[in-house]
Amino acid sequence: MRLGALPPDPRDIYSQMKGGSAPFGKEDEMYSFDFEKPSSIADAVAALGAEDAQALGGGQTLIPTLKQRLAAPSVLVSLSGIAEMRGVCVEDDGALVIGGATPHAIVAAEAAGSYPALAALAGQIGDPAVRNRGTIGGSVANNDPAACYPAGVLGSGATIVTNTRQVAADDFFEGMFATVLEEGEIITSVRFPVPQAASYQKFLQPASRFALVGVYVARFADGVRVAVTGASEDGVFRWTEAEAALNKEFRPDALTGLSINPANMIADLHGSKAYRAHLVSVMTKRAVMASL
Amino acid sequence: MKVSMTVNGRLVEGDVEGRTLLSGFLRDQLSLTGTHVGCDTAQCGACVVHVDGVAVKSCNMLALEADGAEVGTIEGQAHADGSLSVIQQAFQDHHGLQCGFCTPGMVMSAAALLKDNPRPTEAEVRKYLEGNLCRCTGYHNIVKAIMAASGQDVSHIAAE
Ligand SMILES: Cc1cc2nc3c(=O)[nH]c(=O)nc-3n(C[C@H](O)[C@H](O)[C@H](O)COP(=O)(O)OP(=O)(O)OC[C@H]3O[C@@H](n4cnc5c(N)ncnc54)[C@H](O)[C@@H]3O)c2cc1C
Ligand code: FES
Ligand code: FES
Repeated sequence: MRLGALPPDPRDIYSQMKGGSAPFGKEDEMYSFDFEKPSSIADAVAALGAEDAQALGGGQTLIPTLKQRLAAPSVLVSLSGIAEMRGVCVEDDGALVIGGATPHAIVAAEAAGSYPALAALAGQIGDPAVRNRGTIGGSVANNDPAACYPAGVLGSGATIVTNTRQVAADDFFEGMFATVLEEGEIITSVRFPVPQAASYQKFLQPASRFALVGVYVARFADGVRVAVTGASEDGVFRWTEAEAALNKEFRPDALTGLSINPANMIADLHGSKAYRAHLVSVMTKRAVMASL
Repeated sequence: MKVSMTVNGRLVEGDVEGRTLLSGFLRDQLSLTGTHVGCDTAQCGACVVHVDGVAVKSCNMLALEADGAEVGTIEGQAHADGSLSVIQQAFQDHHGLQCGFCTPGMVMSAAALLKDNPRPTEAEVRKYLEGNLCRCTGYHNIVKAIMAASGQDVSHIAAE
């Protein structure tokens, strides 16, 4: 069978415009870079000392970014071959330590016994294929305002361990896509104190699979922490008024009458500021309910 | 840079750039064009392959990251005599495809699911396929095919 004249292939049009390089569907979308895959933290840090070198975790955020030509690293230093940065373990004091290059799927499976709420958070990120590649270090370093891990890290009062220092979650996140990480500094592990009870409630944005709003509530012997993602222009944050109310009485009703000021909320086609502010209250109540 | 990996049981070698994607290596260098590239932005799942036993989106992984790995693609699913795998046959029997563009990714995701969870519930199948988009079927027959491939009775699942 012969088809009639087909419409021109957009790739051809683009090639003509740009003198030959079609940006669709091929690796020539990305600027060229070298690739290194060290097997130790020390070698990775050395390789990251090169000018414009960048760490590669699971690539689930970075590769799409490179395809959009929003970054032009000279060399990508893969962290996936560093055994000392992969895996989950429980320390003597009960803290859960997750290697910085551990994929979400491993956390979902292996932390399920020791810290079920965090494992459940990891198991809700993206889809199975994304969870098999994406890593906790990449997610925390990226600090996407709608990402799940930042809420779990801040809500748990975790400690971010890098090749040079340890930073408390309260001091780590510095607004949308910003953290205290220095150039070439890598997250080698994240250390989570395990609360008595906790829950992550994610209101899914079904197209991106990220959180439209996500709330992490953790109840420790010395107090409750509430961390909110997906909502604020300033990225992940602690809802301290809710924490104070829940410290008095750990019940959903304790939040009645509390609301978030919508002024700083994100507004986009998926939800207005007021809608997101409302969702923060609703998801916090659900998280408390689920932690009872 | 040199890269080598085992693809569908066969050791292959190639010369790639840092930026060469696994999907590009499979399709352009190995001519394994069964792995489809739909969105190229990690959204649609048409490019799902197995790397060391787990499902990944090959459009979102560098070929060099798969150096030394065991890679499985749709071309490796059929039996040696060319007859379809249980999952592929179930897709055919239950009309789990229309245009077929999403099918390689669907089959590879289904194979990964059934390896870990040999008798999933319908809800578990739907949940597992969250990263695989189909623009034709409306998913019902894909889910039905995967349930059937797991050896479960699907007569009660309506062909909507
Ligand atoms: C379809 C899809 C759906 C998704 N859904 C969700 C979701 O629901 N929730 C969610 O939270 N995320 C989601 N993500 C993002 C996913 O979790 C990413 O894996 C994560 O944000 C980045 O981790 P990565 O290991 O892939 O990092 P990469 O993409 O490799 O890197 C991201 C950034 O972090 C840096 N980096 C990587 N590792 C380290 C390290 N150890 N130390 C310091 N810097 C490092 C890189 O240099 C880069 O700047 C989704 C992604 C996709 C493609
Ligand atoms: S082509 Fe890879 S996810 Fe769509
Ligand atoms: S059968 Fe056409 S996209 Fe799924």
